[in-house]
Amino acid sequence: MALALFSAFESGVIYAIMALGVYLSFRVLDFPDLTVDGSFVTGAAVAAVMILQGYNPFLASTVALLAGFVAGCLTGILHTKGGINPLLSGILMMIALYSINLRIMGKSNIPLLNQQTALDQVEAVWSNVAVLSSWGVVIFMLLVTLSFKLLLDWFLKTEVGLAVRATGNNPKMIRSFAAHTDWLIILGLGVSNAFVAFSGAFIAQLSSFADVGMGIGMIIIGLASVIIGEALFGSKTIGRTTLAVIGGAIVYRIVVSIALRIEFLDAGDMKLITAIIVIIALIVPKVMDDHKVRKMKKKRNAQRLANLQSLSEEKEEHHASS
Amino acid sequence: MLHLEHIHKVFNEGTPDEKIALNQANLTLHKGDFVTIIGSNGAGKSTLMNIISGVHSPDMGKVVIDNREVTVLPEYRRARYIGRVFQDPMAGTAPSMTIEENLSIAYCRSKRRTFKKGVTKRRRDFFQEALQTLHLGLENRLNAKVGLLSGGERQALSLLMATFTEPAILLLDEHTAALDPARAALITNLTKEIVATKELTTLMVTHNMQQALDLGNKLLMMDKGGIIREYDEQEKRNLTVDKLLDEFQKIKGEQLVNDRALLS
Ligand SMILES: Nc1ncnc2c1ncn2[C@@H]1O[C@H](COP(=O)(O)OP(=O)(O)OP(=O)(O)O)[C@@H](O)[C@H]1O
Ligand SMILES: [Mg+2]
Repeated sequence: MALALFSAFESGVIYAIMALGVYLSFRVLDFPDLTVDGSFVTGAAVAAVMILQGYNPFLASTVALLAGFVAGCLTGILHTKGGINPLLSGILMMIALYSINLRIMGKSNIPLLNQQTALDQVEAVWSNVAVLSSWGVVIFMLLVTLSFKLLLDWFLKTEVGLAVRATGNNPKMIRSFAAHTDWLIILGLGVSNAFVAFSGAFIAQLSSFADVGMGIGMIIIGLASVIIGEALFGSKTIGRTTLAVIGGAIVYRIVVSIALRIEFLDAGDMKLITAIIVIIALIVPKVMDDHKVRKMKKKRNAQRLANLQSLSEEKEEHHASS
Repeated sequence: MLHLEHIHKVFNEGTPDEKIALNQANLTLHKGDFVTIIGSNGAGKSTLMNIISGVHSPDMGKVVIDNREVTVLPEYRRARYIGRVFQDPMAGTAPSMTIEENLSIAYCRSKRRTFKKGVTKRRRDFFQEALQTLHLGLENRLNAKVGLLSGGERQALSLLMATFTEPAILLLDEHTAALDPARAALITNLTKEIVATKELTTLMVTHNMQQALDLGNKLLMMDKGGIIREYDEQEKRNLTVDKLLDEFQKIKGEQLVNDRALLS
């Protein structure tokens, strides 16, 4: 059990980078970008193939990141220059990427068991200085994920970043302040998918394989992480929200690993569980809001009624006395 | 300063919904002019504003700002020279961003946006100073999300954001129409003050005749896509709401007579 939780935490930290990307497209840009399902695999594919060919795994991961950036930009171009609606541009890109990913990999699955991955290298370095070598990887990935978080925080506070946020918030307004929303959307989606692909590259290295189907439902996992994170850890400021998203990604992994321990559930049910988590996470806040409003109304109405009654009683007393 | 020549704009051309929004409109504004525009619903006032700001491009005609023809320049490039406040208080600000972030976006209007911090210490001081001129206490709420402000506060902020980079032209489209009378008066006064101190060339659309008379040095009357009457400074000073309404009826009436003559 402890081991399962530990590995859930470990992969959660890596998936968190993907979740940060989804946060950027879904929340900041208000663009439900389904490219994620494809670009996650693109990252994994590029990294796996390069590692297989003997390139430095860190270089491979960086190239994976750039590939994701390009994929995201293409979705943005489809939407802004081609006038295709956001959902459809993402789906089109996702489908196109499926074939492209197969081309990159040459087959549908690349095992990395006998390869030196970035995580192996970290582990090797760590084992020289400390005993608990498995902690080395987690701590390293935590640092990497945190630097992505800080990078995103910084980006969203730059002049360009503020314009990207305004594009998702009020495009009419930002255009009236001389910003070209097309480029901001393209840039935002590029950065978002760069994060996603980088996450894919490290998941491939963690699980020692890249598979053309490993991205299915990734957007929903990202969404689940964002929603869970915001609900549990709050979203007051940008820095707080990005931290919450990382927390959400880790919590999601842990929830899934616990769910999988329930006897009649198996690995194939994971997507269903994810979908249910997201549905609950989307519906519960609404129901709670409704409930709150109704409760408040009830209270107010009771008060009004009481006021009316006391008023009429006063009147009666007045009548009686006069 | 601003020059519109034979502007023609038709919406949904060639369909049953065809609508001539502007019909051979001509307009010349000099530097520092403050022009108020009145006219009935659908007269083409907003379309005129949208043609100037580049939201729509005219089917025919020329738009010249500062001796530069900008007829085909896209909205986001023209926006460097044009400040706008919309009727809807929600439209001019980004609600989920803070006051200082909104101001920073406005501040970057006339320059290239970079990867440097949007809100620096220096800018914050500048923003605070600018907010003080609104007398709404917003200078103490720099980190409040704009979505939490009241409609009047948001509109005041929009006005500030539209003007503090001193645009060549300021366009106000019924920017007090959605506010209660007290707030509307507040925004009207702010508008007067800001336009005067910055000597902005301004076009203001309003349905409030009194406001149209109180503000500005020129008045335009629009109807059916054309500018049917221009009052200069001298004429405007002697106008009253009643006279204005009278004249509007008269001009429209004449047109009706003409139309009838044509039809019969
Ligand atoms: N984007 C558009 N598409 C189609 N028709 C439009 C569009 N914008 C304006 N129109 C039409 O053009 C005409 C002029 O509209 P405009 O908005 O300029 O009027 P207005 O003078 O601003 O009126 P109001 O006082 O109601 O704001 C109207 O008949 C309107 O229906
Ligand atoms: Mg209008």
